[in-house]
Amino acid sequence: MFERLSVMLMKEFLELKRDRWAMFRLIVPLIIQMLVFGYAATFTVHHVATSILDLDQSQASRSLISHFVATSRFNVVDVTQNRDDITRDIDQSTATIAIVIHAGFGRTLGNGQSAPLQVIVDGTNSNTALIALGYLSQIVAQFSEDQSSRAANFRADTAVPEIGISLQARPWFNEGLDDRWFFIPGVIGTLTLLQVVSLTAFAIVREREVGTLEQIMVSPIRPVEFILGKTVPFFLIGLGDIALVSAFGIFWFHISFIGNPWIMLLGASLFLLAALGIGLLLSTFSRTQQQAFALNFFFVNPLFILSGFAFPIAAMPKLLQWFTVINPLRYFLVVIRAVFLKGVGFEVLWPDLAAMALLALVMLTVSVLRFRKSLD
Amino acid sequence: MTTNDIAIHAQRLTKSFGAVRAVQEASFAVSRGEIFGLVGPDGAGKTTIMRMLAGVLRPDAGEIAVDGVDVVAEAERAKLRISYMPQRFGLYEDLTVAENIFFYGELFSVSRDARITRGRELLEAAGLLPFQRRLAGQLSGGMKQKLGLVCALIHTPRVLLLDEPTTGVDPVSRRDFWAILYNLRENGVTIFISTAYMDEAERCSRLALLHAGAIRHCDTPARLKQAMPGALLAIYASDPRSLRDIISGQPGVLGVLLMGDRVHVRVDNPERRIPQLKSLLAGQGAGEMEIKPAEPGIEDVFVALVGQEGTA
Repeated sequence: MFERLSVMLMKEFLELKRDRWAMFRLIVPLIIQMLVFGYAATFTVHHVATSILDLDQSQASRSLISHFVATSRFNVVDVTQNRDDITRDIDQSTATIAIVIHAGFGRTLGNGQSAPLQVIVDGTNSNTALIALGYLSQIVAQFSEDQSSRAANFRADTAVPEIGISLQARPWFNEGLDDRWFFIPGVIGTLTLLQVVSLTAFAIVREREVGTLEQIMVSPIRPVEFILGKTVPFFLIGLGDIALVSAFGIFWFHISFIGNPWIMLLGASLFLLAALGIGLLLSTFSRTQQQAFALNFFFVNPLFILSGFAFPIAAMPKLLQWFTVINPLRYFLVVIRAVFLKGVGFEVLWPDLAAMALLALVMLTVSVLRFRKSLD
Repeated sequence: MTTNDIAIHAQRLTKSFGAVRAVQEASFAVSRGEIFGLVGPDGAGKTTIMRMLAGVLRPDAGEIAVDGVDVVAEAERAKLRISYMPQRFGLYEDLTVAENIFFYGELFSVSRDARITRGRELLEAAGLLPFQRRLAGQLSGGMKQKLGLVCALIHTPRVLLLDEPTTGVDPVSRRDFWAILYNLRENGVTIFISTAYMDEAERCSRLALLHAGAIRHCDTPARLKQAMPGALLAIYASDPRSLRDIISGQPGVLGVLLMGDRVHVRVDNPERRIPQLKSLLAGQGAGEMEIKPAEPGIEDVFVALVGQEGTA
């Protein structure tokens, strides 16, 4: 039934072998992108440039400043008594955050009252600003706790019991709250998707462009055999990609992998089938490699953004959330993150696996039907 | 002609692409062992007919039988008997000559022994035997086209469909190419060829003149020439272009065709018209020239019968 498949496969691997740069093109960009993502893609905010306007010049204000100097989250670039310095620092981006300690800060605290502290933040990068403000409030909370316990020591005889809730956060799965642990598994899925979709689309369009597609189609080979011949090698390359990049994440970036490798293999296989379907579909809409390139560019970015790789799906408008439903990357990211970090199994992941299986089935069917039509 | 002697039978073939009617009710029968030529200008529908015969394009209406097999209903079975060679044969440039032959042989389920013997014969005939291990991408244009023919013939087809196979091929390779074709015909292979070269059209046993998707005439080259109304005169002159403009529309002139260094003029009555044209041209001061009767070529016939500039 598939007697002509083996010769297609033989030809594909021969071409791949003949192409001296193939291995280079398949592997090196993946590794480099993995490194770039691993080191650069992070939400963690370190060394936020900070200017402090100290109009109080008291022991309390100096103590607060020393809290900021002591942490690596902030980098105090300027301590000044001149209001204009603050404006200049923010305008010139010398500082992202400016803290204003008003005159009377220490006295008010000494009287056991709460004192206001003004913070000016450069909101250009809303994400950094938000995170920096979070750290800032932690430090201020720490400072005020120190202050009140000191005050309490002075008045030990008239001790008033402090009432408050102290939050003890205990993150599961990623105890260090390391962004890399979140990003790296996502990068594996994303890079593989990009590679497999474009490889498949380009390879088929190339045969169309060179005229070999027509030549093959006048032989008794069936379209399905041709498609299998073109896609099986990319399926294997895709699995190899995932294995390679995963190994890199585990051994180089020390991401934990506590799940079941078989679930990972199952998820990766379904995901790759869906990716091949997308690539095949793109190829049926393109007559030339330039067209395929343009289409690939048009499709792949939304797939990436609407996947939950970096931006939470729950925060997207309803319409866009609907688009994520037909995005195989969305489901694979759930599976790969769960397998790497959570170690949960089939009993939890089956809806995502089933969704990928369904998507793969639909996309492959549609693209095979379209492929037949595109031969005319 | 019994049905057994018919290699290709097309009946009322019709195909449209959107609003464009590419082929309209084309009917023809090609006998076994014929070299049948399809002649027509670009866009006449030659490639569309070829692709329908090859079973890669479905006709909107009509029937095709190749070697007795219905191409539309039983494409896979028909394809085993057919070989289709488009204007540029699809070779894998990263594969060697031998690997390309291997690949196309396997696609048609050619046995290993047959592939080796036949491959050798064909390579030898094409003069490619020394280049078996060369990458196809490193062959010259003519050699690539001959390799295409070798790949197209590796499964010993009963019917060979060639779509302008020698366009852009050097004269030596073209000669080799035709030698292979004649040899094939002797072995009973039917050849269906479309061509833009008039000298190649002359080599065919029968020709179909195609215009705007319809077959206007179909006969042997000799009979087509006989069917041409009027007689042909050739006028050699230093400026044939202005000559054409002077002669067009003169009484008794049925058609004027510029042929490089000369003009072909089709007239109703040469005895009467030669002196008439001579005096006309002398009066126009057209300079030195020579007028004499000429044998019509296929292009003259095409223009006379179809009323359109031909293919060359």
